[in-house]
Amino acid sequence: MGWFTGAIAWLLDPANWQGPNGVAVRLVEHLGLTAASLGLACAIALPVALWLGHVGRGGALAINVSNVGRAVPTFALLAIFTLGPPPLGRSTVSIVLALTLFAIPPIITNTYVGIRGVDREVVEAATGMGMSGSQVLRRVELPLAVPLLMNGVRIAAVQIVATATIAALVAGGGLGRIITSGFTRQDQDQVVAGALLVGLLALVVELAFEYLQRRLDPVRAGRDRSGPRPPGPREPARPGEAVAAAQP
Amino acid sequence: MIVAAAHATTLAEDCLQRNAWICPEYVRTRWPDISAALSEHVLITVVSVALGTLIAFPMALLARRLPRFRGPVVGVSTALYTIPSLAMFSLLLPFTGLAVATVVTGLTLYSLTILVRNFLAGFDGVPEDVREAARGMGYGPGRLLFGVELPLALPSVFAGLRVAAVSTIALTTIGVIVGFGGLGNLISRGLNSFFKAEVFTASVLCVVLAVVADLVLLGAQRVATPWRRGANA
Repeated sequence: MGWFTGAIAWLLDPANWQGPNGVAVRLVEHLGLTAASLGLACAIALPVALWLGHVGRGGALAINVSNVGRAVPTFALLAIFTLGPPPLGRSTVSIVLALTLFAIPPIITNTYVGIRGVDREVVEAATGMGMSGSQVLRRVELPLAVPLLMNGVRIAAVQIVATATIAALVAGGGLGRIITSGFTRQDQDQVVAGALLVGLLALVVELAFEYLQRRLDPVRAGRDRSGPRPPGPREPARPGEAVAAAQP
Repeated sequence: MIVAAAHATTLAEDCLQRNAWICPEYVRTRWPDISAALSEHVLITVVSVALGTLIAFPMALLARRLPRFRGPVVGVSTALYTIPSLAMFSLLLPFTGLAVATVVTGLTLYSLTILVRNFLAGFDGVPEDVREAARGMGYGPGRLLFGVELPLALPSVFAGLRVAAVSTIALTTIGVIVGFGGLGNLISRGLNSFFKAEVFTASVLCVVLAVVADLVLLGAQRVATPWRRGANA
């Protein structure tokens, strides 16, 4: 257990948390990169996927974009951007762009599948009640697609946390730097401590989004308010899990 | 004639001098290097996915036989899959050191988590009627498993294998952190020496490798499940 106690000792040393290369700064960098990229990815992917799902077109594209995303190594894209012309190059722009690109596919695929999965009879009933296309999308399809939509956002968030770590390999900031600098200094305690921090952050983000996913589901919230759920077939814990797994 | 040949040579070498992204001259002159990285990449991927499959199968069987293991098995595999690759390899470092075993162990764990779920989903998808019918025909547990349940679970298993293979190929590049990243070694070296052709060629080869692996597994699935031909075209 020496490797573990060494890493814990490293983490408990306040000196390692302070300064421009300390854990605190790296953690803030990591969270900043994650928030910016996730926000950007949602702003791009959600409208596209909602619209494609609403009009029912581009299904092959919406599904396959995830398979393409999985086949491209994050490290390769980061390296190519880093060697690219300005505003790419060794900059935050390169990293945020790469993180955003890898976050878009799971959001598009899951949101599209969520919208398409809405019972057509419900949509027809809404149209029959005189709702316009955008009303149907906003008040019927979107609320019913929330579980899968949030599933996509959760996968994207975990994916971004993982990819932001790899940014350290191309001289980006974030918690990955603690690991890479530990390798450079041949300090195994620091390497393991950094890995524990990164793993922990990924798990926290995963759990936080799982919680959000449950809280933001309007259907489930309504059901909870109206008393205990009627006994029925158990729902899968995570709808659409098979649709697009994250690449760590 | 001689002038033309000399001109062609300059043009070809030019792409190295210009530090172009696409440079056939790089591929021609550094081929031994590239092919060594490529073989390392393929070897790491094949061994990891094969080991993952060998371990996932009994785990899925155990989770199915003993339902109280199911929750923990699925939970642990989700948690494992959440850990970023760079952290995974670093956490394995104290046990396996700066060796190819670190990369293979990490990637085996990732493929394992994908495959256990797909094995389970495949077994769950076997209709109870079919099991009853097989038992009624006198099938024992072993023959039921290998003759009926496993073949019917194959589409789900192959779906998992394809995801596992494609993501393992992408993740192998991160193995460069311990010095065994296959094509990732070339990407890292090219990045440090600002050699665009090296980074780009290795990146493209990664994607090509992923596409080839996906197609090979798709072909294998069609061969292994002849009764579904047409259904999964």
